[in-house]
Amino acid sequence: MSVRRATWRPAVGNCSTERPRGWVRLSDTDDVVVLTESVEPGDELCGPQDEHWTIDRPLAVGHKLAARPIANGETVLKYGFPIGVATQPIAAGEHVHSHNLRSIRIPFADGEPG
Amino acid sequence: MSDVPASWPAYLRADGRKGIRNVLAVVYLVECAHHVAREIVAPFSGTGAQTIGFPGCYPNSYATDMLASLCTHPNVGAVLLVSLGCESFPRAELQARVAASGRPVRTIVIQESGGTRGTIEAGRAWLSEQLPLLRDGARTTMSAEELIIGALCGGSDGTSSLTANPAVGRAFEMLVADGAGCIFEETVEMVGCEDDLAARAVTPALGEALRAAVEKAARYSAAMGWPSFATGNASGGLTTIEEKSLGAYSKSGRGPIHGLLKPCDTPSRGGLYLLDVVPDGDVRWGFPNINDSTEIAELISCGAHLILFTTGRGSVVGSAISPVIKICANSETYARMSDDMDIDAGRILGGETTINAVAEEICRVTMATAAGEPTCSEGLGHQEFILGYKSFEPTGPDCHPGFVPLKPFVDALAV
Repeated sequence: MSVRRATWRPAVGNCSTERPRGWVRLSDTDDVVVLTESVEPGDELCGPQDEHWTIDRPLAVGHKLAARPIANGETVLKYGFPIGVATQPIAAGEHVHSHNLRSIRIPFADGEPG
Repeated sequence: MSDVPASWPAYLRADGRKGIRNVLAVVYLVECAHHVAREIVAPFSGTGAQTIGFPGCYPNSYATDMLASLCTHPNVGAVLLVSLGCESFPRAELQARVAASGRPVRTIVIQESGGTRGTIEAGRAWLSEQLPLLRDGARTTMSAEELIIGALCGGSDGTSSLTANPAVGRAFEMLVADGAGCIFEETVEMVGCEDDLAARAVTPALGEALRAAVEKAARYSAAMGWPSFATGNASGGLTTIEEKSLGAYSKSGRGPIHGLLKPCDTPSRGGLYLLDVVPDGDVRWGFPNINDSTEIAELISCGAHLILFTTGRGSVVGSAISPVIKICANSETYARMSDDMDIDAGRILGGETTINAVAEEICRVTMATAAGEPTCSEGLGHQEFILGYKSFEPTGPDCHPGFVPLKPFVDALAV
């Protein structure tokens, strides 16, 4: 796991926000980034590798966004480790959660928690 | 860690073990004796007298071993056993095991001592006599390579894996490099981490034992129908058990794993150990951990002098016998409950500090606590304790490989 290599990238950029917004990619190989602050629709997030994503729904700190386009059925890495497979195509910057990601080891049989 | 003291004053027990607290344990041997034990302790609150015990009336060798380990724990200096009289607990065996450690021990049987009132009087008289002796007991000095530290998380949320857990993992790397014994657990939340666990083991045989421990936990959880994934995990941004597991697993850091323990196994030397708390054999004892306090008691049974406890939602628990240091994963919770929290790791989220800096703070607070500084939960009087039924097979030789020199991994990991 590469949590220790986390580099904090307050996504200010010009996403010229009045309030700095943040996310972090926990490992260089990760397919998702993690929000370090809660965000609202319309918020823009930027990063050092030309990331520029517009948020389309309210999301709490700790939720995930796709760091790149992910195909249906692809294994998704966080912390540099597989955390599940995509159940539909996911665009870069899109919210990644139970609606488009499921466990490889123990999928939820009856719906999703929460 | 140049600002961390190299050694500090400690309590020396007759068996040579060194403690960082000076506890007189009053132990009820069945729930029927619990009130009497609590009443014996009440007037001595804050003086080192603490209540622990086992509620069951039927014998269980795990429970006997747990109480024997806890009564001979280095933080414990004297023991009063309180028996109703007709329970099945082998009180003579426990008394003998404590006496063999050189600790003062006495058993009072309620049915033979005038019932509630007579037992409370006799118990308090013994405490009045023993507590001053305990305070005047032998002292020594102690250093990091003699310290055993446990870690667990409770009330986790989506921030735990970003801040407090990896900070504890990094602190464990630093503490192991200083020679301490560090213990992590929660195999039920290591599904998906088996390959990495096995690869970190210092021997291939230990790697297979670690893998088997997680597989046992997964089997046990499935048989219990235990959804190790709650609504609060999902609303906090966690999607799968693998993801939740990796966050919990980050408390172990990235160093080599030197052994696999079961409750009451004490690490014989410094290093990083996984504690397997899932019972062996058929599923018959209910949930492996009905709450965080069961896990804390098991870490302490392995000799943990103190406990690092990460929390996102905000747990308040402490423990009997060993102090609990709370590391809060986000600053919102910290602001709401700062009296209960020793360290605010949430500052990492805002970029105000780093995982490394919080890890160093954890090491400093660990040493200060070892040197006698009370933690928040100690200051608030928390002394939670719980013990239930379980059964374990002894760990095999593969779980305790011979000494393997530590790799210089801390330097390699420096950011």
